[in-house]
Amino acid sequence: MTLLSVSGLDVHHGQLRAVSGFDISVEEGQTIGVIGANGAGKSTLLRTIAGILIPSAGTISIDGVDVTRMSAHQRVRHGVGLVPEGRRLFPSLTVEENLLSGAYLRKEGPWSLDAVFDLFPWMPERRAQSSAHLSGGEQQSVAIGRALMTNPRMLLIDELSLGLAPVVVRRMYEALPRIVANGCSILLVEQDVSQALAVADHVHCLLEGRTVLSGRPTDLGRADIETAYFGIDAPAEAG
Amino acid sequence: MDLLNAVLQGLLLGGLYALFATGLSIMFGVMRIVNLAHGDLAVVASFLALALVTNTFLPLWAVVLVAIPIFSVLGYALQRTLIQRSLGAGPLATLLVTFGLSIVLQNVLLESFSADTRTLEAGSFATSAIELNDTISLSYIGLFGLVAAVVTIVAIQLFVSRTRTGRMMRAASDDPETASVVGASPAHIYGIATAIAFATVALAGLIFSMRSSFDPSIGPSRLLFAFEAVVIGGLGSLWGTLLGGLALGLTQSVVSHYDPASAVLAGHLVFLAVLAFRPQGLIPARAV
Repeated sequence: MTLLSVSGLDVHHGQLRAVSGFDISVEEGQTIGVIGANGAGKSTLLRTIAGILIPSAGTISIDGVDVTRMSAHQRVRHGVGLVPEGRRLFPSLTVEENLLSGAYLRKEGPWSLDAVFDLFPWMPERRAQSSAHLSGGEQQSVAIGRALMTNPRMLLIDELSLGLAPVVVRRMYEALPRIVANGCSILLVEQDVSQALAVADHVHCLLEGRTVLSGRPTDLGRADIETAYFGIDAPAEAG
Repeated sequence: MDLLNAVLQGLLLGGLYALFATGLSIMFGVMRIVNLAHGDLAVVASFLALALVTNTFLPLWAVVLVAIPIFSVLGYALQRTLIQRSLGAGPLATLLVTFGLSIVLQNVLLESFSADTRTLEAGSFATSAIELNDTISLSYIGLFGLVAAVVTIVAIQLFVSRTRTGRMMRAASDDPETASVVGASPAHIYGIATAIAFATVALAGLIFSMRSSFDPSIGPSRLLFAFEAVVIGGLGSLWGTLLGGLALGLTQSVVSHYDPASAVLAGHLVFLAVLAFRPQGLIPARAV
């Protein structure tokens, strides 16, 4: 069953068209990756689906409900959760308070403070600490936990690996299957192509706001992805 | 002994300044707005009470209980209609909007109540005092102001640190956009903050009007005291505002003991000294 359906999405930043004619559909329980270089429009896309940016054309629907005209906080009620680029934790709140801010709407679902603590076992003993004093990986975990506390059905993750050490990135990615297992679909935006390919059921490659390549990771050749990622018409010879 | 009296009277006055400055501090702490109509709103509360006392049979304490919720609703509505629209346009826009509001309020009061100086008759409550000895007596109204300030500030602190909405108020103050992606409407949260601020300004305005006379144009000069209390204590910190109000009241009262004409000036000098040597204030902010 289709959970998220986006069609004909155009997003403008002033004169610049950041996303154009984007279509995607995410089934329940799927993990979809959107890859692309810097400035390809990936973050713009996620921020538009979350309701922060207003599209100039196209529709977004969640579980058959058209949410295109809804503001970000109304979409949370319909099950959209966002892990924003750069974490965006609330600096004056503690770790626990940051997590609890996700429970503001008190939506029913599998995620609670205990469930998040179970996913990230280091958290309970540092729950009273200010979120400003965490490492990048810890902040990312809190940002994921906060989004999960809204009990989303469609989790949008913007640049999970950004600025993190490879070992930390691996640990972050290990958490994703458990999130999906709790009945949540994931739309993941990522610059790190190999991570996205490893975890996604389906990937879209974005170039200058358009989907230039999409398919199952196993069906896509490395050369095709490189071409799509960098936008080179004639790929260089292998080697 | 006279000096001790001056100190005690200063603390009572300072408590009222702190209560009055609380609303200004909240609106700055949560929304980064300097509400230039703050003083005029207190005067509006005074006139509202005057109108209620003269035109209805409500006793004064009932008027206080009625005026505070009216102001909360007014605050919420004003935030959602006027202030929220100007927030997106930068800090200058909110200054201009509240400055405009200040002028409108003063003129509406002038039009409806004339420029006469008024007093709110509070009966024995305004004139009675606890006499500690021959030289020291603490007025009920002064004690009420100080107690109201401490209770209000403690209650608001508990609200922002313990409750779901209070927590979101701090979060929305940090980052309204991210607050919206966890499901809170920043405009609604800001509306609640403004409602709380307006409730405190109504209470302070009512106590002011029981202590001294008022007229439609007195708002801006009162705003100055609130502004000084907030800056002395530290922008965005409520405990700081309490301390700042007490410091200001204390300074004015003690100086007035030696030279009444210099009292207000001395308060301004303390304010300037804090700005020059400790611009972060006595208790720097953490959020709200």
